[in-house]
Amino acid sequence: MRPYTYTAPATLEEAVRALSEAGPGTKVLAGGTTLFDLMKLDIETPPAVVDIRALPELAGIDTAGPRELTFGAGALMADVAADPLLRRDYPALAESLAKAASQQLRNMATVGGNLLQRTRCTYFRGGPPFPCNKRLPGSGCAAIGGLDRGHALLGGGDACVATYPGDWAVALIAFDAVLDVTGPRGTRTLPLAGLHVEPGERPDREHTLAWDEIVTRIRVPVTAAGRGSTYHKVRDRESYAFALASAAVAVTLGEGGAVEECRVAVGGVATRPWRCPSAEEELAGAVLDRRSARRAGAAAFAGARAGTHNAFRIELGIRTVAEALRIAGERALR
Amino acid sequence: MTSEVVTEFTVNGQAVRLDLDPRESLLDVLRERLGLTGSKKGCDHGQCGACTVHVDGRRVVSCLLPAVQVNGRSVRTIEGVAGPDGALHPLQQAFVDHDALQCGYCTPGQVMSGLACIAEGNAGADDDIREHMSGNLCRCGAYPGILAAVRAAAGRREG
Repeated sequence: MRPYTYTAPATLEEAVRALSEAGPGTKVLAGGTTLFDLMKLDIETPPAVVDIRALPELAGIDTAGPRELTFGAGALMADVAADPLLRRDYPALAESLAKAASQQLRNMATVGGNLLQRTRCTYFRGGPPFPCNKRLPGSGCAAIGGLDRGHALLGGGDACVATYPGDWAVALIAFDAVLDVTGPRGTRTLPLAGLHVEPGERPDREHTLAWDEIVTRIRVPVTAAGRGSTYHKVRDRESYAFALASAAVAVTLGEGGAVEECRVAVGGVATRPWRCPSAEEELAGAVLDRRSARRAGAAAFAGARAGTHNAFRIELGIRTVAEALRIAGERALR
Repeated sequence: MTSEVVTEFTVNGQAVRLDLDPRESLLDVLRERLGLTGSKKGCDHGQCGACTVHVDGRRVVSCLLPAVQVNGRSVRTIEGVAGPDGALHPLQQAFVDHDALQCGYCTPGQVMSGLACIAEGNAGADDDIREHMSGNLCRCGAYPGILAAVRAAAGRREG
Protein backbone atom coordinates (compact mmCIF):
# COMPACT_ATOMS: atom_id res chain seq x y z
CA MET A 1 0.00 0.00 0.00
CA ARG A 2 1.20 3.48 -0.81
CA PRO A 3 1.79 5.91 2.04
CA TYR A 4 -0.99 8.41 2.68
CA THR A 5 -1.91 11.08 5.15
CA TYR A 6 -4.97 10.53 7.33
CA THR A 7 -7.26 13.10 8.86
CA ALA A 8 -10.47 12.56 10.82
CA PRO A 9 -12.34 15.87 11.03
CA ALA A 10 -14.97 16.32 13.74
CA THR A 11 -17.64 18.04 11.63
CA LEU A 12 -18.93 17.97 8.06
CA GLU A 13 -17.80 21.55 7.52
CA GLU A 14 -14.27 20.65 8.61
CA ALA A 15 -14.37 17.57 6.40
CA VAL A 16 -15.29 19.61 3.31
CA ARG A 17 -12.46 22.01 4.09
CA ALA A 18 -9.98 19.20 4.76
CA LEU A 19 -10.89 17.55 1.48
CA SER A 20 -10.43 20.79 -0.51
CA GLU A 21 -7.15 21.58 1.16
CA ALA A 22 -5.75 18.08 0.58
CA GLY A 23 -6.37 18.52 -3.14
CA PRO A 24 -7.36 16.33 -6.11
CA GLY A 25 -6.70 12.63 -5.66
CA THR A 26 -7.75 12.72 -2.03
CA LYS A 27 -10.29 10.06 -1.14
CA VAL A 28 -13.13 10.08 1.33
CA LEU A 29 -13.04 7.12 3.74
CA ALA A 30 -16.21 5.85 5.42
CA GLY A 31 -16.57 2.14 6.20
CA GLY A 32 -13.44 1.35 4.20
CA THR A 33 -14.70 -1.97 2.89
CA THR A 34 -14.09 -0.97 -0.73
CA LEU A 35 -11.48 1.77 -0.45
CA PHE A 36 -9.10 0.13 2.04
CA ASP A 37 -9.46 -3.17 0.18
CA LEU A 38 -8.48 -1.57 -3.14
CA MET A 39 -5.65 0.35 -1.46
CA LYS A 40 -4.22 -2.98 -0.33
CA LEU A 41 -4.28 -4.08 -3.97
CA ASP A 42 -2.63 -0.82 -5.11
CA ILE A 43 -5.67 -0.19 -7.31
CA GLU A 44 -6.55 2.89 -5.27
CA THR A 45 -3.49 4.99 -4.43
CA PRO A 46 -4.71 8.18 -2.77
CA PRO A 47 -2.01 10.43 -1.30
CA ALA A 48 -4.47 11.55 1.37
CA VAL A 49 -7.63 10.22 3.00
CA VAL A 50 -10.32 12.14 4.88
CA ASP A 51 -12.27 9.96 7.32
CA ILE A 52 -15.98 10.82 7.48
CA ARG A 53 -17.12 7.61 9.19
CA ALA A 54 -18.16 9.15 12.49
CA LEU A 55 -19.43 12.56 11.35
CA PRO A 56 -22.58 13.34 13.36
CA GLU A 57 -24.19 15.11 10.37
CA LEU A 58 -24.19 11.85 8.40
CA ALA A 59 -25.85 9.72 11.07
CA GLY A 60 -29.47 8.77 11.50
CA ILE A 61 -32.32 7.42 9.42
CA ASP A 62 -36.02 8.32 9.31
CA THR A 63 -38.39 5.80 7.76
CA ALA A 64 -41.58 7.20 9.32
CA GLY A 65 -41.83 10.54 7.52
CA PRO A 66 -45.02 11.38 5.63
CA ARG A 67 -43.34 12.44 2.37
CA GLU A 68 -39.97 10.75 2.17
CA LEU A 69 -37.60 8.30 3.81
CA THR A 70 -34.20 9.69 4.70
CA PHE A 71 -30.98 7.80 5.27
CA GLY A 72 -27.87 9.54 6.57
CA ALA A 73 -25.01 8.56 4.28
CA GLY A 74 -23.05 7.40 7.33
CA ALA A 75 -25.76 5.01 8.55
CA LEU A 76 -24.56 1.42 8.62
CA MET A 77 -25.93 -1.14 6.18
CA ALA A 78 -26.77 -3.46 9.10
CA ASP A 79 -28.82 -0.81 10.89
CA VAL A 80 -30.83 0.17 7.82
CA ALA A 81 -31.39 -3.48 6.88
CA ALA A 82 -32.83 -4.17 10.34
CA ASP A 83 -35.12 -1.12 10.50
CA PRO A 84 -38.59 -2.53 11.33
CA LEU A 85 -40.56 0.09 9.39
CA LEU A 86 -38.39 -0.31 6.31
CA ARG A 87 -38.75 -4.09 6.44
CA ARG A 88 -42.52 -3.76 6.63
CA ASP A 89 -43.18 -0.91 4.20
CA TYR A 90 -40.25 -1.17 1.74
CA PRO A 91 -39.02 -4.76 1.87
CA ALA A 92 -37.10 -4.34 -1.40
CA LEU A 93 -34.89 -1.68 0.20
CA ALA A 94 -34.30 -3.69 3.39
CA GLU A 95 -33.67 -6.93 1.49
CA SER A 96 -31.19 -5.33 -0.88
CA LEU A 97 -29.02 -4.55 2.13
CA ALA A 98 -29.66 -7.77 4.08
CA LYS A 99 -28.71 -9.87 1.05
CA ALA A 100 -25.48 -7.96 0.46
CA ALA A 101 -22.08 -8.88 1.90
CA SER A 102 -21.82 -10.44 5.39
CA GLN A 103 -22.98 -9.18 8.77
CA GLN A 104 -19.39 -8.16 9.56
CA LEU A 105 -19.19 -6.01 6.42
CA ARG A 106 -22.70 -4.64 6.95
CA ASN A 107 -21.55 -3.51 10.42
CA MET A 108 -18.73 -1.52 8.77
CA ALA A 109 -20.01 -0.29 5.41
CA THR A 110 -22.22 2.80 5.19
CA VAL A 111 -25.26 3.23 2.97
CA GLY A 112 -23.59 6.24 1.32
CA GLY A 113 -20.30 4.52 0.62
CA ASN A 114 -22.13 1.43 -0.61
CA LEU A 115 -23.42 3.39 -3.61
CA LEU A 116 -19.85 4.01 -4.77
CA GLN A 117 -18.47 0.51 -4.36
CA ARG A 118 -16.34 -0.43 -7.33
CA THR A 119 -16.60 -3.36 -9.69
CA ARG A 120 -15.51 -6.88 -8.73
CA CYS A 121 -14.09 -7.48 -12.24
CA THR A 122 -11.12 -9.79 -11.65
CA TYR A 123 -9.00 -8.02 -14.24
CA PHE A 124 -9.68 -4.65 -12.63
CA ARG A 125 -8.83 -5.95 -9.15
CA GLY A 126 -6.01 -8.16 -10.34
CA GLY A 127 -3.78 -5.37 -11.57
CA PRO A 128 -0.87 -5.94 -13.98
CA PRO A 129 -0.27 -7.75 -16.26
CA PHE A 130 -3.96 -7.51 -17.19
CA PRO A 131 -5.00 -4.51 -19.27
CA CYS A 132 -7.97 -2.61 -17.88
CA ASN A 133 -9.38 0.63 -19.26
CA LYS A 134 -10.99 1.38 -15.93
CA ARG A 135 -7.75 1.04 -13.99
CA LEU A 136 -5.36 2.29 -16.67
CA PRO A 137 -7.22 4.21 -19.39
CA GLY A 138 -6.23 3.17 -22.89
CA SER A 139 -4.63 -0.12 -21.86
CA GLY A 140 -7.47 -2.30 -23.18
CA CYS A 141 -9.95 -4.72 -21.64
CA ALA A 142 -8.96 -8.26 -20.68
CA ALA A 143 -12.56 -9.20 -19.89
CA ILE A 144 -13.76 -8.80 -23.48
CA GLY A 145 -12.99 -12.21 -24.96
CA GLY A 146 -11.70 -13.31 -21.55
CA LEU A 147 -13.31 -14.81 -18.46
CA ASP A 148 -16.49 -12.76 -18.51
CA ARG A 149 -18.97 -15.05 -16.73
CA GLY A 150 -19.91 -12.31 -14.27
CA HIS A 151 -19.64 -9.37 -16.63
CA ALA A 152 -22.30 -6.97 -17.78
CA LEU A 153 -24.98 -7.79 -20.33
CA LEU A 154 -26.43 -4.27 -20.31
CA GLY A 155 -24.66 -0.94 -20.66
CA GLY A 156 -21.28 -2.30 -21.70
CA GLY A 157 -19.21 -1.16 -24.65
CA ASP A 158 -16.02 -1.85 -26.55
CA ALA A 159 -13.90 -0.41 -23.75
CA CYS A 160 -15.39 -2.07 -20.66
CA VAL A 161 -18.01 -4.60 -19.58
CA ALA A 162 -17.41 -4.41 -15.82
CA THR A 163 -20.53 -5.09 -13.73
CA TYR A 164 -21.71 -2.64 -11.13
CA PRO A 165 -21.87 -5.05 -8.19
CA GLY A 166 -24.12 -3.24 -5.72
CA ASP A 167 -27.64 -4.18 -4.59
CA TRP A 168 -28.79 -1.16 -2.56
CA ALA A 169 -28.45 1.28 -5.48
CA VAL A 170 -30.51 -1.06 -7.67
CA ALA A 171 -33.35 -1.01 -5.16
CA LEU A 172 -33.00 2.74 -4.63
CA ILE A 173 -33.12 3.54 -8.35
CA ALA A 174 -36.42 1.66 -8.61
CA PHE A 175 -37.82 4.04 -5.98
CA ASP A 176 -36.52 7.27 -7.60
CA ALA A 177 -34.09 8.03 -4.78
CA VAL A 178 -32.25 11.35 -4.68
CA LEU A 179 -28.96 12.27 -2.99
CA ASP A 180 -27.96 15.34 -1.02
CA VAL A 181 -24.39 16.22 -1.88
CA THR A 182 -22.18 18.85 -0.28
CA GLY A 183 -18.86 20.38 -1.22
CA PRO A 184 -16.90 23.63 -1.23
CA ARG A 185 -19.32 25.14 -3.79
CA GLY A 186 -22.34 24.45 -1.62
CA THR A 187 -25.03 21.81 -1.45
CA ARG A 188 -26.94 20.22 -4.31
CA THR A 189 -29.48 17.49 -4.95
CA LEU A 190 -28.71 14.73 -7.42
CA PRO A 191 -31.12 12.04 -8.59
CA LEU A 192 -29.54 8.64 -7.98
CA ALA A 193 -30.27 7.90 -11.64
CA GLY A 194 -27.77 10.67 -12.45
CA LEU A 195 -24.98 9.38 -10.21
CA HIS A 196 -23.58 6.38 -12.07
CA VAL A 197 -22.52 6.54 -15.72
CA GLU A 198 -22.01 3.88 -18.35
CA PRO A 199 -18.38 3.26 -19.31
CA GLY A 200 -18.52 4.50 -22.91
CA GLU A 201 -15.02 5.59 -23.91
CA ARG A 202 -14.13 6.51 -20.31
CA PRO A 203 -14.57 3.46 -18.06
CA ASP A 204 -12.38 5.15 -15.44
CA ARG A 205 -15.14 7.69 -14.93
CA GLU A 206 -17.85 5.88 -12.94
CA HIS A 207 -19.96 8.64 -11.42
CA THR A 208 -20.78 12.32 -11.66
CA LEU A 209 -19.58 13.48 -8.23
CA ALA A 210 -16.69 15.92 -8.14
CA TRP A 211 -13.65 14.70 -6.24
CA ASP A 212 -14.31 17.22 -3.45
CA GLU A 213 -18.00 16.40 -2.95
CA ILE A 214 -19.49 14.24 -0.19
CA VAL A 215 -22.84 12.40 -0.28
CA THR A 216 -24.58 13.36 2.94
CA ARG A 217 -28.08 11.91 2.67
CA ILE A 218 -30.21 9.56 0.60
CA ARG A 219 -33.88 10.43 0.22
CA VAL A 220 -36.67 8.21 -1.11
CA PRO A 221 -40.16 9.57 -1.95
CA VAL A 222 -42.92 7.72 -0.13
CA THR A 223 -44.93 5.32 -2.33
CA ALA A 224 -47.68 2.80 -1.70
CA ALA A 225 -45.80 0.42 -4.02
CA GLY A 226 -43.23 -0.07 -1.26
CA ARG A 227 -45.32 -2.71 0.47
CA GLY A 228 -45.62 -4.72 -2.72
CA SER A 229 -41.89 -4.89 -3.31
CA THR A 230 -39.00 -7.30 -3.21
CA TYR A 231 -35.30 -7.51 -3.96
CA HIS A 232 -34.78 -10.91 -5.51
CA LYS A 233 -31.12 -11.93 -5.78
CA VAL A 234 -29.79 -15.04 -7.51
CA ARG A 235 -26.26 -16.08 -6.55
CA ASP A 236 -23.78 -18.91 -7.01
CA ARG A 237 -24.33 -19.77 -3.36
CA GLU A 238 -27.27 -19.20 -1.04
CA SER A 239 -25.70 -16.31 0.85
CA TYR A 240 -22.70 -13.97 0.86
CA ALA A 241 -22.10 -13.62 -2.88
CA PHE A 242 -22.55 -10.98 -5.53
CA ALA A 243 -25.59 -11.28 -7.77
CA LEU A 244 -25.53 -13.34 -10.94
CA ALA A 245 -28.78 -11.51 -11.54
CA SER A 246 -31.09 -9.55 -9.28
CA ALA A 247 -34.27 -7.57 -9.60
CA ALA A 248 -35.85 -4.84 -7.50
CA VAL A 249 -39.56 -4.75 -8.18
CA ALA A 250 -42.47 -2.82 -6.66
CA VAL A 251 -46.11 -2.93 -7.69
CA THR A 252 -49.56 -1.84 -6.68
CA LEU A 253 -52.47 -3.89 -8.03
CA GLY A 254 -56.01 -2.73 -8.70
CA GLU A 255 -59.23 -4.52 -9.60
CA GLY A 256 -58.70 -8.04 -10.88
CA GLY A 257 -54.94 -7.91 -10.35
CA ALA A 258 -54.32 -5.16 -12.91
CA VAL A 259 -51.00 -3.40 -12.42
CA GLU A 260 -51.43 0.23 -11.39
CA GLU A 261 -47.95 1.32 -10.36
CA CYS A 262 -44.88 -0.65 -11.37
CA ARG A 263 -41.17 -0.22 -10.79
CA VAL A 264 -38.48 -2.55 -12.12
CA ALA A 265 -34.68 -2.38 -11.88
CA VAL A 266 -32.08 -5.09 -12.40
CA GLY A 267 -28.70 -5.65 -10.75
CA GLY A 268 -25.58 -7.74 -11.20
CA VAL A 269 -26.09 -7.64 -14.97
CA ALA A 270 -25.29 -4.06 -15.98
CA THR A 271 -22.50 -1.51 -15.84
CA ARG A 272 -24.55 0.68 -13.53
CA PRO A 273 -27.77 0.35 -11.49
CA TRP A 274 -30.28 -0.35 -14.27
CA ARG A 275 -33.87 0.87 -14.28
CA CYS A 276 -36.10 -0.90 -16.80
CA PRO A 277 -38.76 1.47 -18.17
CA SER A 278 -39.61 -0.93 -21.01
CA ALA A 279 -40.45 -3.66 -18.49
CA GLU A 280 -42.61 -1.20 -16.57
CA GLU A 281 -44.44 -0.19 -19.78
CA GLU A 282 -45.01 -3.85 -20.62
CA LEU A 283 -46.85 -4.29 -17.32
CA ALA A 284 -48.79 -1.03 -17.16
CA GLY A 285 -52.48 -1.90 -16.99
CA ALA A 286 -51.83 -5.60 -17.58
CA VAL A 287 -52.97 -8.33 -15.24
CA LEU A 288 -49.93 -9.55 -13.33
CA ASP A 289 -49.52 -13.25 -14.06
CA ARG A 290 -46.79 -15.62 -15.18
CA ARG A 291 -47.01 -14.59 -18.81
CA SER A 292 -46.98 -10.83 -18.26
CA ALA A 293 -44.17 -11.21 -15.71
CA ARG A 294 -42.14 -13.17 -18.25
CA ARG A 295 -42.82 -10.52 -20.92
CA ALA A 296 -41.61 -7.81 -18.52
CA GLY A 297 -38.42 -9.78 -17.87
CA ALA A 298 -37.84 -10.21 -21.59
CA ALA A 299 -38.36 -6.49 -22.13
CA ALA A 300 -35.79 -5.70 -19.43
CA PHE A 301 -33.18 -7.77 -21.28
CA ALA A 302 -34.19 -6.87 -24.85
CA GLY A 303 -30.98 -4.88 -25.30
CA ALA A 304 -28.69 -7.42 -23.64
CA ARG A 305 -25.38 -8.19 -25.31
CA ALA A 306 -23.62 -11.38 -24.24
CA GLY A 307 -19.89 -11.99 -24.27
CA THR A 308 -18.16 -15.37 -24.23
CA HIS A 309 -19.29 -17.04 -21.00
CA ASN A 310 -22.20 -14.97 -19.70
CA ALA A 311 -25.08 -15.59 -22.13
CA PHE A 312 -26.82 -17.89 -19.62
CA ARG A 313 -27.43 -14.86 -17.42
CA ILE A 314 -29.84 -13.34 -19.97
CA GLU A 315 -32.38 -16.13 -19.43
CA LEU A 316 -31.51 -16.16 -15.72
CA GLY A 317 -32.14 -12.41 -15.58
CA ILE A 318 -35.50 -12.71 -17.35
CA ARG A 319 -36.59 -15.38 -14.87
CA THR A 320 -35.26 -13.35 -11.95
CA VAL A 321 -37.46 -10.39 -12.95
CA ALA A 322 -40.46 -12.68 -13.41
CA GLU A 323 -39.95 -14.33 -10.02
CA ALA A 324 -39.50 -10.95 -8.33
CA LEU A 325 -42.80 -9.81 -9.86
CA ARG A 326 -44.53 -12.92 -8.51
CA ILE A 327 -43.22 -12.24 -4.98
CA ALA A 328 -44.02 -8.52 -5.17
CA GLY A 329 -47.51 -9.25 -6.50
CA GLU A 330 -48.26 -11.54 -3.55
CA ARG A 331 -47.07 -8.90 -1.13
CA ALA A 332 -49.14 -6.21 -2.87
CA LEU A 333 -52.31 -8.20 -2.20
CA ARG A 334 -51.63 -8.66 1.51
CA MET B 1 4.53 11.24 3.32
CA THR B 2 2.83 9.07 5.85
CA SER B 3 2.74 10.57 9.30
CA GLU B 4 1.92 8.51 12.34
CA VAL B 5 -1.41 8.94 14.06
CA VAL B 6 -1.80 8.65 17.82
CA THR B 7 -4.55 6.11 18.38
CA GLU B 8 -6.06 5.18 21.74
CA PHE B 9 -8.46 2.31 22.27
CA THR B 10 -9.08 -0.66 24.52
CA VAL B 11 -8.47 -4.30 23.69
CA ASN B 12 -10.24 -6.83 25.90
CA GLY B 13 -10.63 -4.11 28.51
CA GLN B 14 -7.00 -2.96 28.51
CA ALA B 15 -6.14 0.55 27.39
CA VAL B 16 -3.75 0.82 24.44
CA ARG B 17 -2.03 3.88 23.01
CA LEU B 18 -0.06 3.51 19.80
CA ASP B 19 1.50 5.70 17.12
CA LEU B 20 0.09 4.10 13.99
CA ASP B 21 0.89 4.26 10.32
CA PRO B 22 -2.57 4.79 8.77
CA ARG B 23 -1.84 1.86 6.45
CA GLU B 24 -1.95 -0.63 9.33
CA SER B 25 -5.09 -2.72 9.57
CA LEU B 26 -6.53 -3.48 12.98
CA LEU B 27 -5.71 -7.14 12.28
CA ASP B 28 -2.01 -6.37 11.75
CA VAL B 29 -1.90 -4.18 14.86
CA LEU B 30 -3.49 -6.92 16.97
CA ARG B 31 -1.17 -9.61 15.65
CA GLU B 32 2.11 -7.79 15.06
CA ARG B 33 2.10 -5.04 17.66
CA LEU B 34 0.02 -6.46 20.50
CA GLY B 35 0.91 -10.12 20.14
CA LEU B 36 -2.74 -11.16 19.94
CA THR B 37 -2.40 -13.81 17.25
CA GLY B 38 -5.75 -15.48 17.85
CA SER B 39 -7.37 -13.42 15.11
CA LYS B 40 -6.27 -15.01 11.86
CA LYS B 41 -5.28 -13.57 8.51
CA GLY B 42 -7.00 -15.74 5.92
CA CYS B 43 -7.65 -13.67 2.81
CA ASP B 44 -6.80 -10.16 4.12
CA HIS B 45 -9.60 -8.79 1.90
CA GLY B 46 -12.76 -9.18 3.98
CA GLN B 47 -13.90 -12.32 2.22
CA CYS B 48 -13.24 -15.15 4.71
CA GLY B 49 -14.10 -13.86 8.20
CA ALA B 50 -11.09 -15.45 9.95
CA CYS B 51 -10.13 -12.03 11.36
CA THR B 52 -13.54 -11.28 12.90
CA VAL B 53 -13.41 -9.24 16.12
CA HIS B 54 -15.91 -7.03 17.93
CA VAL B 55 -15.62 -3.24 17.91
CA ASP B 56 -17.96 -1.45 20.31
CA GLY B 57 -19.81 -4.73 20.64
CA ARG B 58 -20.35 -5.33 16.91
CA ARG B 59 -18.56 -7.88 14.76
CA VAL B 60 -16.34 -6.58 11.98
CA VAL B 61 -13.57 -7.95 9.79
CA SER B 62 -10.40 -6.46 11.28
CA CYS B 63 -8.42 -6.85 8.04
CA LEU B 64 -10.50 -4.16 6.30
CA LEU B 65 -10.47 -1.78 9.24
CA PRO B 66 -7.70 0.81 9.23
CA ALA B 67 -6.55 0.65 12.85
CA VAL B 68 -6.64 4.45 13.15
CA GLN B 69 -10.43 4.15 12.87
CA VAL B 70 -10.72 2.41 16.26
CA ASN B 71 -9.52 5.52 18.06
CA GLY B 72 -11.71 5.94 21.16
CA ARG B 73 -13.43 2.57 20.65
CA SER B 74 -13.32 -0.80 22.40
CA VAL B 75 -12.08 -3.96 20.71
CA ARG B 76 -12.77 -7.52 21.84
CA THR B 77 -10.81 -10.41 20.38
CA ILE B 78 -10.91 -14.18 20.82
CA GLU B 79 -8.34 -13.75 23.62
CA GLY B 80 -10.99 -11.88 25.62
CA VAL B 81 -13.65 -14.57 25.39
CA ALA B 82 -12.61 -17.23 27.93
CA GLY B 83 -13.02 -16.54 31.64
CA PRO B 84 -10.14 -15.03 33.68
CA ASP B 85 -9.40 -18.51 35.05
CA GLY B 86 -9.13 -19.88 31.52
CA ALA B 87 -12.54 -21.57 31.59
CA LEU B 88 -13.95 -21.81 28.09
CA HIS B 89 -16.91 -19.65 27.16
CA PRO B 90 -20.05 -21.78 26.64
CA LEU B 91 -19.82 -21.19 22.87
CA GLN B 92 -16.18 -22.33 22.85
CA GLN B 93 -17.19 -25.43 24.81
CA ALA B 94 -20.01 -26.01 22.33
CA PHE B 95 -17.46 -25.93 19.47
CA VAL B 96 -15.55 -28.68 21.28
CA ASP B 97 -18.69 -30.69 22.06
CA HIS B 98 -20.05 -30.53 18.51
CA ASP B 99 -16.83 -31.10 16.53
CA ALA B 100 -17.22 -27.62 15.04
CA LEU B 101 -13.67 -27.54 13.70
CA GLN B 102 -11.05 -29.64 12.02
CA CYS B 103 -7.90 -27.60 11.36
CA GLY B 104 -9.04 -24.76 13.60
CA TYR B 105 -7.77 -21.86 11.51
CA CYS B 106 -11.19 -20.28 11.00
CA THR B 107 -12.35 -21.07 14.54
CA PRO B 108 -11.49 -17.80 16.33
CA GLY B 109 -13.42 -15.89 13.67
CA GLN B 110 -16.28 -18.39 13.81
CA VAL B 111 -16.51 -18.00 17.60
CA MET B 112 -16.46 -14.19 17.46
CA SER B 113 -19.08 -14.26 14.72
CA GLY B 114 -21.17 -16.83 16.60
CA LEU B 115 -21.16 -14.75 19.78
CA ALA B 116 -22.39 -11.76 17.79
CA CYS B 117 -24.93 -13.85 15.90
CA ILE B 118 -26.50 -14.91 19.20
CA ALA B 119 -26.30 -11.42 20.73
CA GLU B 120 -27.94 -9.87 17.65
CA GLY B 121 -30.88 -12.24 18.00
CA ASN B 122 -30.02 -13.92 14.71
CA ALA B 123 -29.77 -17.47 16.09
CA GLY B 124 -33.51 -18.09 16.46
CA ALA B 125 -33.71 -20.66 13.64
CA ASP B 126 -31.18 -22.76 11.76
CA ASP B 127 -31.69 -20.77 8.57
CA ASP B 128 -31.04 -17.54 10.49
CA ILE B 129 -27.79 -18.99 11.82
CA ARG B 130 -26.71 -20.17 8.35
CA GLU B 131 -27.49 -16.76 6.85
CA HIS B 132 -25.79 -14.76 9.58
CA MET B 133 -22.73 -17.02 9.80
CA SER B 134 -22.20 -16.95 6.02
CA GLY B 135 -19.41 -14.39 6.30
CA ASN B 136 -17.16 -16.99 7.95
CA LEU B 137 -15.77 -19.58 5.56
CA CYS B 138 -14.50 -22.99 6.70
CA ARG B 139 -12.41 -24.87 4.18
CA CYS B 140 -12.60 -28.07 6.23
CA GLY B 141 -16.37 -27.92 5.83
CA ALA B 142 -17.24 -28.10 9.52
CA TYR B 143 -20.43 -26.15 8.88
CA PRO B 144 -22.86 -28.71 10.39
CA GLY B 145 -20.84 -28.71 13.62
CA ILE B 146 -20.59 -24.91 13.66
CA LEU B 147 -24.34 -24.65 13.18
CA ALA B 148 -24.92 -27.16 16.00
CA ALA B 149 -22.54 -25.29 18.32
CA VAL B 150 -24.15 -21.90 17.76
CA ARG B 151 -27.60 -23.44 18.09
CA ALA B 152 -26.62 -25.11 21.38
CA ALA B 153 -25.01 -21.99 22.83
CA ALA B 154 -28.13 -20.04 21.92
CA GLY B 155 -30.05 -22.49 24.09
CA ARG B 156 -31.96 -24.11 21.26
CA ARG B 157 -32.63 -27.62 20.17
CA GLU B 158 -32.47 -28.73 16.55
CA GLY B 159 -34.82 -27.04 14.05
